[in-house]
Amino acid sequence: MDWAFFILAAVTLASAVGAMALRRLVHCALALALAFAGLAGLYLQLGAQFVGLAQVLVYVGAVAVLIVFALMLTRNVAAATQPLGSPSWPLGLAVAALAFGALVAAILSSPAIQRPVRELPSGTVQQIGIRLMTDFVLPLEVIALLLTVALIGAVIIAMQEERSRE
Amino acid sequence: MTNALDQLFVILKDWVVGWFPAGWQPFVGALLDAMAIVAVFATLFALTTWLERKGLGRMQNRYGPNRVGPFGLLQPLADGIKALTKEDLVPRAADPVVHFLAPLVLVVPVLLAYSVLPFGRNMVPLPGCDAGVLLFFAAGSATELAIFMAGWSSRNKYSLLGALRAIGQMLSYEVPLILSAVTVIMIVGSLSTEKIVAAQGVYHGWLPGWHVFTPWGFAGFLLFLVAATAESNRSPFDLPEAESELIAGYYVEYSGFKFALFFLGEYLGLFAVSGLAITLFLGGWQAPLSFLTWVPSWFWFFAKLLPFIALFIWLRGTLPRLRLDQLMNFAWKFMLPMALVNLVAAALWHWLGAGLARWLVSAALLAAAYLALGRAVSGAAKMPQRHYQLAD
Repeated sequence: MDWAFFILAAVTLASAVGAMALRRLVHCALALALAFAGLAGLYLQLGAQFVGLAQVLVYVGAVAVLIVFALMLTRNVAAATQPLGSPSWPLGLAVAALAFGALVAAILSSPAIQRPVRELPSGTVQQIGIRLMTDFVLPLEVIALLLTVALIGAVIIAMQEERSRE
Repeated sequence: MTNALDQLFVILKDWVVGWFPAGWQPFVGALLDAMAIVAVFATLFALTTWLERKGLGRMQNRYGPNRVGPFGLLQPLADGIKALTKEDLVPRAADPVVHFLAPLVLVVPVLLAYSVLPFGRNMVPLPGCDAGVLLFFAAGSATELAIFMAGWSSRNKYSLLGALRAIGQMLSYEVPLILSAVTVIMIVGSLSTEKIVAAQGVYHGWLPGWHVFTPWGFAGFLLFLVAATAESNRSPFDLPEAESELIAGYYVEYSGFKFALFFLGEYLGLFAVSGLAITLFLGGWQAPLSFLTWVPSWFWFFAKLLPFIALFIWLRGTLPRLRLDQLMNFAWKFMLPMALVNLVAAALWHWLGAGLARWLVSAALLAAAYLALGRAVSGAAKMPQRHYQLAD
């Protein structure tokens, strides 16, 4: 069990570093997809089937594909991009360290970590569905509205382009 | 006796697993499942290539393969040896790592999708998976990335164009595919493939209570079938690999066994999605008539899978390839609204309760939507009459 965690964690971290450090943009996107998949593996290992599989479906299947699709359409992705070094490097490192430290401090001091580990609930997919349709129905509807607006907006932008071409 | 025959493979597996110490048994069981899936479906793939070439040959008034073995039956074997011994060419400009990984990224998730298909009674490789249907679609969604990797890493314009077409097509048809599967999940109330099959295990007199024999199930099945054909890039939706325009699409620059792996991945994906169609709509391993339940359950699964393969070969021999705008219009203007109406029909079916009313209401709703959408789409695509310069 622990071995699975270590392998998944190593893969996730290595591919997350790769997503930032690799020279070619497409390699970065693919490494990012691998990091998403590793994260999904960690969810699955914790017994959260729905979350893990939804992570694969949404992030690997949609977000990563969207990124590579955008890369293919927008620029010459075959060429290597700028060198890694950048003048704002130390500043970025400092900000990252600060954010990481704040997160670790917040997690360690939160009451959730002191609570005893409960038994895993059974029938999780059904429970998630019921909670989404009762307690969390308003956020769900708001997100649905937002996505619909984004969809209609995209269609309108595409339509205007066609009209101006005529 | 019938029971022993039905559980033959389960008993066999338990017997082999029993040889090993208790700590090893889960791994040995999983290994046996994986070996069985790879062996059975790779063999089925080999037989299908032969059947497809023979069948297409028949439809096109030629013989098809007939040199190797009786009726050309050993042709897949010869093809396999040929693929293994061919030189593996990688273009000089290609990205070697991504070029190497693409076929693997295509085949492995497809094999993963088999882990939730119930091949027979107690014959699910991953039993008790609470989110089985979701796992299937999650595994299937990785193939788009593999196609992108293949198309991009080859550094060939035809590959890239093929990959662009393939990803656009697969993204578009994934929506109706999943939405038509959602109706079944709504009615059964579970994502588990075992529970979906169990819910169809009732008989009305002789006739089975499969989902395909309800208005929403029938519409959902047809939508699923069309979307599945498009998802697996089969003719008439084979634009991504259109030989006459793109040579072979995203795998032009692959040779030898890597090329064979692309073929394998495509056919394994086809079998897997047919298996899911059987599970969702055609009762899985359940017998088609109540007095045939003595026949082993795994026999019924494969007896339902083979007509699917024959249907796909028949379609390939019959239908011409679609144009890209027709493909996209069909997905977004017909399939998607139809799948959404089908969701409403399934919900009405659930809320109206048993009786004649729910049959009439959901069937009428679907028929009205079909007619209205068909009119709207074909009306929008009306074209002026063509005049041919020399033929008129």
